Amino acid sequence: MEELSFTFDWQAAINSLPFLLKGLPYTLIISFGGLFIGFLIGIVAGLMSLSRTLLVRWPATIYIEIFRGTPILVQVLFIYYGLPDLIGGPINAMTAGIAAIALNSGAYISEVVRGGVKSIDPGQSEAGVSLGLSRSQTFWSIVWPQALRRMIPPLGNQAIVSIKDTSLFSVIGVGELVRQGQVYIATTFTAFEVYFMVALLYLSVTLSLSVLLRWYERRGSASI
Amino acid sequence: MTNGLKALTAAIAMSFSLGAGSALAQDAKLQAVTDPSFVPFEMLDQESGEMVGFDMDILAEVAERAGFEYDLRTMDFNGIIPALQARNADIALAGITITDEREKIVDFSDPYYDSGLRLLVRANDDSIKKVDDLEGKTVGTKIGSTSANYLQKNVGEKAEITPYPGSSDMYMALLAGSVDAVFYDAPNVGYFSKTQGEGRAKVVGPLYEGQQYGIALADGSEWVEKVNKALAEMKEDGTYDEIYKKWFGQAPE
Repeated sequence: MEELSFTFDWQAAINSLPFLLKGLPYTLIISFGGLFIGFLIGIVAGLMSLSRTLLVRWPATIYIEIFRGTPILVQVLFIYYGLPDLIGGPINAMTAGIAAIALNSGAYISEVVRGGVKSIDPGQSEAGVSLGLSRSQTFWSIVWPQALRRMIPPLGNQAIVSIKDTSLFSVIGVGELVRQGQVYIATTFTAFEVYFMVALLYLSVTLSLSVLLRWYERRGSASI
Repeated sequence: MTNGLKALTAAIAMSFSLGAGSALAQDAKLQAVTDPSFVPFEMLDQESGEMVGFDMDILAEVAERAGFEYDLRTMDFNGIIPALQARNADIALAGITITDEREKIVDFSDPYYDSGLRLLVRANDDSIKKVDDLEGKTVGTKIGSTSANYLQKNVGEKAEITPYPGSSDMYMALLAGSVDAVFYDAPNVGYFSKTQGEGRAKVVGPLYEGQQYGIALADGSEWVEKVNKALAEMKEDGTYDEIYKKWFGQAPE
């Protein structure tokens, strides 16, 4: 190679920004749409996995192990390319992305829910029962609020992981941040600058979420 | 908390309406896919942020004549045929060579461009002149392309073949010295050597394997005949030659 020195071309980085920003809404919609459904799935499957009834516990356990034990890239490829055969109709790339985030994060969130509830001292529910509350009253008014507070840091962690996972959906043609970057680089060959900007955009999303969660956590603990 | 919940509900509602919107659109509109970069057939116009190129002009013209509207998305080349197969896409233009294997899975229009495969090396490299010289060298190609098949068949174990997802990836690998050569579609390799690759990369050797590009459609698509009719009309009235000249500088031979 004739030249080994590399200079960061700020102009090229800034020029790419308007095009990259077109991908941001897709990243956010898949992330937060998927996570919202993922939370619902996670709470249901998490509570099911705590059940003493085998027939309730097992389906949840099977779901959790499958989606926690396989890569999300394989999951989205399966949903996008495999599922149309099964259901006999096409799947929109955005829908496939949201479904993948929802099912994947749901599996991890189930475990967060299970761990959170199990971490509450059994004495708490014994106290509830001895006060004359029913078992479900004890759970929802004594155990669950305490567990929820403990779940916030791992749930925030999962949200950040899922936001970053949306980058994989460039493979199914979703015009999210990474796809936009790739299309831009394909004509400008400024890989370093553009991926640098892509990374900055992800950071700005995940950092804002972190700050928000910290604030919520502090506010939450002050109100006890 | 209620505010957060509202925002989430809004996001979810938006994602559903977005999904539903494009699902409904599938009745009236075709889902078109192309490659993120296959110069000069499809590439990003930085000013407008739109995909432009020979294929894009052909698609626009064919759509108008055949009477359909379309949404355009870019996918890695290796994902395009599977997307048509899964019917997640209806029509694809991406310099797709018509092959027997692909014809079993998707429908092709009549050919609209004569192509072939060529070898690209760094400008200062005199050790590689043809495909046979690749022995013991590393060569880049694109996943799922006809050039990758050609290399597998004709070079096989003798060279180290690295398949890349995108064309720009393999050109960057060549310029950075990660591979010694790139073997790929002739018009794309030629265009690159004359533009970004000028002075840094050169085309060597003969044109390998005469090939033709076709418009790929989902198997059994009702649009094949209309697309063929549009292509024939365009060739007849000179529109095709005009588009050809715009992107390749000269009329087709």
